[in-house]
Amino acid sequence: MKDFVIPWGDDRDLGTPPSRSETMVTLTIDGFEVTVPEGTSIMRAAALADIQIPKLCATDSMEAFGSCRLCVVEIEGRRGTPASCTTPVAEGMVVHTQGEKTRRIRKGVMELYISDHPLDCLTCAANGDCELQDMAGMVGLRNVRYEPGRNHYDPGNGTLAAGDLRARGAGGDAGNPLYIPRDDSNPYFSYDPQKCIVCSRCVRACEEVQGTFALTIEGRGFDSRVSAGIAGDNFLTSDCVSCGACVQACPTATLQEKSIAELGTPTRSVITTCAYCGVGCSFKAELNGDQLVRMTPYRHGKANHGHSCVKGRFAYGYASHKDRILKPMIRDSIDQPWQEVSWEEALTFAATRLRSLQETYGRKSIGVITSSRCTNEETYLVQKLARAVFGNNNTDTCARVCHSPTGYGLGQAFGTSAGTQDFDSIDHSDVIVVIGANPTDAHPVFGSRMKKRIREGAKLIVIDPRRIDLVKSPHVRATHHLPLRPGTNVAVVSALAHVIVTEGLYNEAFIRERCDWDEFQDYAEFIAAPRHSPEATASLTGVDPEELRSAARLYATGGNGAIYYGLGVTEHSQGSTTVMGIANLAMLTGNIGREGVGVNPLRGQNNVQGSCDMGSFPHELPGYRHVGNADARAIYEDLWGVSLDGEPGLRINNMLDAAIAGTFRGLYCQGEDILQSDPDTRHVAAGLAAMDCVIVHDIFLNETANYAHVFLPGSTFLEKDGTFTNAERRINRVRKVMEPRNGYADWEVTQLLANAMGANWTYTHPAQIMAEIAATTPSFAGVTYELLEEVGSVQWPCNEKTPLGTPTMHVDGFVRGKGRFIVTEYVATDERTGPRFPLLLTTGRILSQYNVGAQTRRTDNVIWHDEDLLEIHPHDAEIRGVKDGDWVKVASRAGETSLRAKVTDRVAPGVVYTTFHHPDTQANVITTDYSDWATNCPEYKVTAVQVSLSNGPTDWQEEYAAQAELSRRILPAAE
Amino acid sequence: MQAVQPAPSADDIQSLIEQHLHLEGPLLPILHSIQETFGHVPQAAIPLVADALNISKAEVHGVMSFYHDLRDAPAGRHVVRICRAEACQAAGADAVSAAALDRLGLDWHGTTPNGSVTVEPVYCLGLCACAPAAMIDDRLHGRVDAARMQDLLKEVGA
Repeated sequence: MKDFVIPWGDDRDLGTPPSRSETMVTLTIDGFEVTVPEGTSIMRAAALADIQIPKLCATDSMEAFGSCRLCVVEIEGRRGTPASCTTPVAEGMVVHTQGEKTRRIRKGVMELYISDHPLDCLTCAANGDCELQDMAGMVGLRNVRYEPGRNHYDPGNGTLAAGDLRARGAGGDAGNPLYIPRDDSNPYFSYDPQKCIVCSRCVRACEEVQGTFALTIEGRGFDSRVSAGIAGDNFLTSDCVSCGACVQACPTATLQEKSIAELGTPTRSVITTCAYCGVGCSFKAELNGDQLVRMTPYRHGKANHGHSCVKGRFAYGYASHKDRILKPMIRDSIDQPWQEVSWEEALTFAATRLRSLQETYGRKSIGVITSSRCTNEETYLVQKLARAVFGNNNTDTCARVCHSPTGYGLGQAFGTSAGTQDFDSIDHSDVIVVIGANPTDAHPVFGSRMKKRIREGAKLIVIDPRRIDLVKSPHVRATHHLPLRPGTNVAVVSALAHVIVTEGLYNEAFIRERCDWDEFQDYAEFIAAPRHSPEATASLTGVDPEELRSAARLYATGGNGAIYYGLGVTEHSQGSTTVMGIANLAMLTGNIGREGVGVNPLRGQNNVQGSCDMGSFPHELPGYRHVGNADARAIYEDLWGVSLDGEPGLRINNMLDAAIAGTFRGLYCQGEDILQSDPDTRHVAAGLAAMDCVIVHDIFLNETANYAHVFLPGSTFLEKDGTFTNAERRINRVRKVMEPRNGYADWEVTQLLANAMGANWTYTHPAQIMAEIAATTPSFAGVTYELLEEVGSVQWPCNEKTPLGTPTMHVDGFVRGKGRFIVTEYVATDERTGPRFPLLLTTGRILSQYNVGAQTRRTDNVIWHDEDLLEIHPHDAEIRGVKDGDWVKVASRAGETSLRAKVTDRVAPGVVYTTFHHPDTQANVITTDYSDWATNCPEYKVTAVQVSLSNGPTDWQEEYAAQAELSRRILPAAE
Repeated sequence: MQAVQPAPSADDIQSLIEQHLHLEGPLLPILHSIQETFGHVPQAAIPLVADALNISKAEVHGVMSFYHDLRDAPAGRHVVRICRAEACQAAGADAVSAAALDRLGLDWHGTTPNGSVTVEPVYCLGLCACAPAAMIDDRLHGRVDAARMQDLLKEVGA
């Protein structure tokens, strides 16, 4: 891997992956005795003993390949010079890495490589960051005896046919037929074939690490070149997903970040955590001064192990986008233009308004919304602002609209509101069940790990209305795909349980030991009723009963069974019920409490787990303790010196309803765009418009800000210290890479606002906030910045019992004691299709865009996805006269919007699908205000709609665009 | 040699793919059968083959481009292969090749404008005892000197 400025830990590339063997073998390398696990390569064993063997095609993120022949060694008693990367160690082996013979071979090999490589090192983008350069130095190459001949690097004299685009030279010089010009089609990196040494690292990275198989070596012998896709493709038109694994693997400048070519090689780096999805990849931010040059995945990151996706690795340009607002702004009413003011004036304005609202309308007339994109420390402060300074529990978070049913459902069944495993657990799974999730788009780095495990032989069951990529993509195929009708999750999950119970496939020993046997018997009686059978529910769910039975048998009997689920489970009127149903499946089959199994919600945003942990919900203090619990309240009352309200506060939708009713008047909304992301946009807009003081704290003038009175500029994840907690409960450090361009980190802004309202907070570093969290929250008791510095990251619970965190939960018993089987009766949603709205709309994400798109739309990622499209089955399209690319109007009972259609059989007949990344589309104008019975999580995934041809944007879209434009006017501060 | 075929349809290709799917390692047999049937493996077949075998298009392209005998466009009506391996070179194959290319006005892998001949190098036809050797369509020819080559080319209509 290309690593050259590494002030951080042991970043060496050991050449080949570690062996998992527990048998140790001792050998001698260059006179040093080395003991390593059996199956380790000689190359890795040598590297562990600090002996570096020259190499080009080997890197420890992939299996050895043995093609470059630079790593040859001599082994006593064996003939020839085997490659050290492909030769495993053996007991008593004596290896010499520096014999005369090997040195001559290496030099000769290197000479051949260099004979077909341009010698433009000084002006090369990889100068100083090139393994070819390093190896040439290491083997002592001093001259190349070969005369210049056929080569790939010289664009000049050749025999190209007239008119060939590759012809460069003037007059009779028709160019070099072997010379292929650079491919700059990808916005973030270039492919320059003239510098390629055909080590195949990029091809193997695309296959082994990413699992996309977009690259190949075309031709053979001297003609071999890396090719993206088939003849005529470039990187952009091929299957490439721009994850950057090939760029990371390339030892030369062949695949190189364009930012390096432009800005030069970075000179310092900081390890931090990606602020996109809930995988929580560790990255090395590489800089010159405060100029961010590139982000590279950090090889010791425990969530990503050196892999990345197009968002985290490349889409960071939004942090310096011209749309970013850096000065505070206020206005009296939302029809006025914004006025830039000083921080002090903005905060005084906000504090005065909020306090006067409380005086007029009561203590509970204002509230906060915490952000799942901000740090734990920032979220903790925002909920503290509500509880301690506002004096109410009106705090909610965007988890309300995504995984609140997970919190409730898993809390009820197991006793904790989080996933049970770490990501590494997937390496031990035999049967993987994916329900209502699309990991390869929404959690790409984990999706790649999942694909790898499936290629290794694990079986896959996909339960999703749409044929997601995992169902069938190169070298991955789902054993069973159950394409259910949106809204029938509970019926399908119950049918699976029905099969397991009635066919006697349940794990009686596990249930007797870990769960309440009487409760199980009640549940078994319920679920065994014929109305839950696959055959009985098939007419509702649309799932083939035989396929469902086979899937249930596979999950119950196929070995370690792991369930991964996403918002396709939670965002339903029975979201919580489905989560409980999933917990039932895991308990029935004993698939919980060890590696390779478990129930794992794939969390959407970088810190949605953390924002829930930090007490963002109106009914829960940090650590999921109910506000009605006087003991828990007392901890904070003593510390904060205030008395806390014992009654739960308002949820987001309650706040909006109350605003329309006139009793809720002010909102502090940090890092969240509720207008675009929450359902039934028009209802949200009406609620916001009815408030007297909406404070938006964000990096951009988001859609919610159109209805705001105060705008407080936010800082990006690059500009602050803190922690994010990912989907596996892993607390990762976010480190300040540069000073906040807006002047303050978000936690500082919240503190300033609190103090303007009369509090006396004196935090000077997020570490102090974490200390307060640890001191008051049992599951975080052991977490300190010092610990994170030392071990990299920990998974909560982290306390005196588990000082280094807890990778797998419920190992010896459930957190709540006995696992609880909960009866899951299917109740159809009230959102039904009928003659007016015959189709079901479901929503999701796409790889290159993230959530409401505020960040990714301001990067070159738009090249992959510049508008939301409506996926519609060819049958439904045909009867409506809709062709691919046509403008269509999608109408529901809540509203209507227009977008372009994409005709595809990925969706079933009767189902349409779109993404919600673009505010011009406003997919949530259509979604309804139905929500989960337990948690009010909105039913995004099921909306009855009609689709018809249209001429372009609807009236609402045009009115909205005009209103947005009007409300975004900014007057500069008076001089 | 094959007569010139109309462009194969997706269904034609699909049926050839299906005939070989039961084999272990069916990719090469599929490519061979497509080439045998249509004289080449059209670009349009690549996504179909990739989909059927659940591999990527790039992988099919990698295999296709590795084997020089797999063509992505139809050859001329006759294919002339001239051996350039060591034994034939020692017996004067270079002169034969030069004469042939000159007569045809082509470089290696080229096809005459009238579509009658495609000329290709080949490395050993196993006919070293009768070097220099050549193969025209499926028929081998030994002791091919420059004059003999001219005659052979005339026979195939170059």
